[in-house]
Amino acid sequence: MNKLDAKIPKGPLAEKWTNYKNHQKLVNPANKRRLDIIVVGTGLAGASAAASLGEMGFKVHNFCIQDSPRRAHSIAAQGGINAAKNYPNDGDSVYRLFYDTIKGGDYRAREANVYRLAEVSNSIIDQCVAQGVPFAREYGGLLDNRSFGGAQVSRTFYARGQTGQQLLLGAYSALSRAIHKKQVELYTRYEMVDLVIIDGRARGIIARNLVTGKLERFAAHAVVIATGGYGNTFFLSTNAMTSNGSAAWQCYKKGAYFANPCMAQIHPTCIPVHGEFQSKLTLMSESLRNDGRIWVPKKLEDAEAIREGKLKPTQIKEEDRDYYLERRYPAFGNLVPRDVASRAAKERCDAGYGVGNTGLAVYLDFADAIERLGRDVVEARYGNLFQMYEKIVDDNPYETPMMIYPAIHYTMGGIWVDYELMTSIPGLFAIGEANFSDHGANRLGASALMQGLADGYFVLPYTIQNYLADQINVPRFKTDAPEFAQAEKEINDRIERLMNIKGKHSVDHIHKELGHIMWDFVGMGRDAEGLKGAIEKLQALKKDFWTNLRIPGNKETLNVELEKALRLADFIEIGELMAHDALDREESCGGHFRLEHQTPEGEALRHDDQFAYVSCWEYQGEEKAPVMFKEPLEYEFVERQQRNYKS
Amino acid sequence: MDKDINIKVKVWRQNGPNEKGHFETYALEKISQGSSFLEMLDILNEQLINEGKEPVVFDHDCREGICGMCSLYINGHPHGPDTGITTCQLHMRRFNDGDTITVEPWRSAGFPIIKDLMVDRTAFDKIIQAGGYISVNTGGIPDANAIPIPRDDAEMAMDAAACIGCGACVAACKNGSAMLFVSAKVSQFALLPQGRVEAARRAKSMVAKMDELGFGNCTNTGACEVECPKNISISNIARLNREFLKAKFRD
Repeated sequence: MNKLDAKIPKGPLAEKWTNYKNHQKLVNPANKRRLDIIVVGTGLAGASAAASLGEMGFKVHNFCIQDSPRRAHSIAAQGGINAAKNYPNDGDSVYRLFYDTIKGGDYRAREANVYRLAEVSNSIIDQCVAQGVPFAREYGGLLDNRSFGGAQVSRTFYARGQTGQQLLLGAYSALSRAIHKKQVELYTRYEMVDLVIIDGRARGIIARNLVTGKLERFAAHAVVIATGGYGNTFFLSTNAMTSNGSAAWQCYKKGAYFANPCMAQIHPTCIPVHGEFQSKLTLMSESLRNDGRIWVPKKLEDAEAIREGKLKPTQIKEEDRDYYLERRYPAFGNLVPRDVASRAAKERCDAGYGVGNTGLAVYLDFADAIERLGRDVVEARYGNLFQMYEKIVDDNPYETPMMIYPAIHYTMGGIWVDYELMTSIPGLFAIGEANFSDHGANRLGASALMQGLADGYFVLPYTIQNYLADQINVPRFKTDAPEFAQAEKEINDRIERLMNIKGKHSVDHIHKELGHIMWDFVGMGRDAEGLKGAIEKLQALKKDFWTNLRIPGNKETLNVELEKALRLADFIEIGELMAHDALDREESCGGHFRLEHQTPEGEALRHDDQFAYVSCWEYQGEEKAPVMFKEPLEYEFVERQQRNYKS
Repeated sequence: MDKDINIKVKVWRQNGPNEKGHFETYALEKISQGSSFLEMLDILNEQLINEGKEPVVFDHDCREGICGMCSLYINGHPHGPDTGITTCQLHMRRFNDGDTITVEPWRSAGFPIIKDLMVDRTAFDKIIQAGGYISVNTGGIPDANAIPIPRDDAEMAMDAAACIGCGACVAACKNGSAMLFVSAKVSQFALLPQGRVEAARRAKSMVAKMDELGFGNCTNTGACEVECPKNISISNIARLNREFLKAKFRD
């Protein structure tokens, strides 16, 4: 059997999903009641999937790492959600949304998946409005739209700067209703710690009850992973503190392919690191780049004086400022895409022109905008962001430039899935950020919310039936099967091993080191030498982790340090796979930038003749190099082009 | 300008729900005023781990003021002395060199302590499960623009929907009442045509569940509104009372 069959339906692009739905197998209501589904994660993808599958009649077990599904990190998304409604009558269509997404992903996503995403986008908006999501409206009572990066139309629906919150609370309310109706059973403060496979199919999970510390077994006919991305590999990111890659990594170690691990998005406008004790990074909306001008001092001695606190940015004369984005990219200026803006900031700071006390920051200056538009207009546009910045940094952005720096924000890579969102393990599905499928090498703004809800509400509830239709005669599993005992023993041994290291370093201490290695060598600009060195450093760090870690307390109790240690053990290995993948992909595309592969002007240079594929990594065992298979990306409907931001 | 400060933190330690708790005081040196309150606790925990002691357990997740996971009663205020923000956005520049900062968990009958500063807020989920939703299944929905909604109504619904479910209102209330939380959800839906259909049933079942779970009554002290990190207005409580009375009259 070819595990890499993406199972793309035949036919014209616009008819594939309809054809699929017309011919897929379904499960009748009486049989749905006899089938159990485990959904791990309660973010946009997980909550919407659990609620929808529960409503349909399946028995759903839904696992949540926090104390409530409403905490999932989807809640932090600010800007909005894309859909092809074309309410503003500005020429949008399903095809345009599809095309913008494919192009934004630098031609490294599957055409059929992305088209389906665009196709179901409109139903998401209908669904959310029916749930009572208070989207922004015009005075006539109809829905308002705004524009976002990578598009020429206004197709983004929003609820102030809290769109993710409102959409998540919508999905949470649907989930709460399903729990009330006993269609879904919810387990809060539980973390999946292993996948259980019986006769080659995913049949359950081992989860750790985070309050008691006990390992518990759960069986089902199918398992859905909706646990988000692995951005916290970098220690500092815009992800939440518990966001982790461990569920995905357990699936990988049980045979699921991990696709495009090197493709991570670095967002240019985050509040900079202030010191070694920083725990996470806060995103400032991309919209600020509409009116703010980005610069650093032209003279090294000025930059140095600023870092030492001897000089203020407002004292630097106009001719001594380097508006480097405007200088390098005259056509797009400060509005170049995320990946380009991020790399340019790093380049200036690496060359010694960075500001702030750490030297890892650049200015985002609104003085011109205030002069041109007046303070009132600037306040109306960005007031809430300025206030948030002031609370955190204690600087007034109306009077002195903001400081910003790039940070890891989202991972496009993830568990490999076919068109049905099933991984290479039968019965194991992956949805939302946890899978790799729709964003290619770079995700556009306002598309993460769209994909999470598309997968959970409108794709998985169909495609999972095509799998479960064959399972109706399979009785409910007992968790005393030897496969469960074996999986539980393995994770228990792992926990024992961790507790018994009794070294001298805390989890965070080692995680910070991991973050430095990742940021320096597997971050915004990567090259072969750095990546090879990073792999060696990561292997050494892994040894350090397993010999020098200290976890206080006991294993069978609430133990936050143990939770973090289990996740960090996986992050170190994920980091290594990211480096392997980045080394293998000898081209630049989207968020993956290889210094050796750029145009003379410093743009990302793709090599479509060699790298138009999804890299799918297969685990070979501890201490063995993973093996990579290629899923070719054949473009039938779109022509690949080079992105250009200079002219 | 931010400085480094030396402080003491007086932290509530409690090993489990049924154990006796006590305050423990720790000294911390050279804490940057630029660090957040939770980063200060991270530093404390690093120090405790290095001393071979058990770190302080506290809830936190997004650290950008929106998930509602962080809590903490700091110097007598839920989410600390600053207004309109959660504990994760509180920064150490709010404190001075030599301060002793008292840190307690939410204290309420509805939120039993799990360990140290971590409390069990599943009661909030149960109240939502009792009726805090509009009963629609996935799919088969009319177009999103089929029902026009006056902009001001949508804006007011959004004001109420901004609640993050952190529980500061309950912690601030001398009666341990969850009325601000319940009223925010009831208001969001009562203000929207989609939510009117079930308005009566929703108000009754959510209030009944709140009472059942041991939350106290509202006596209009207004402490909840003052301490709410998202500035949810107590006018929502008035709306809840109206909705509840209307529903009862109809019975």
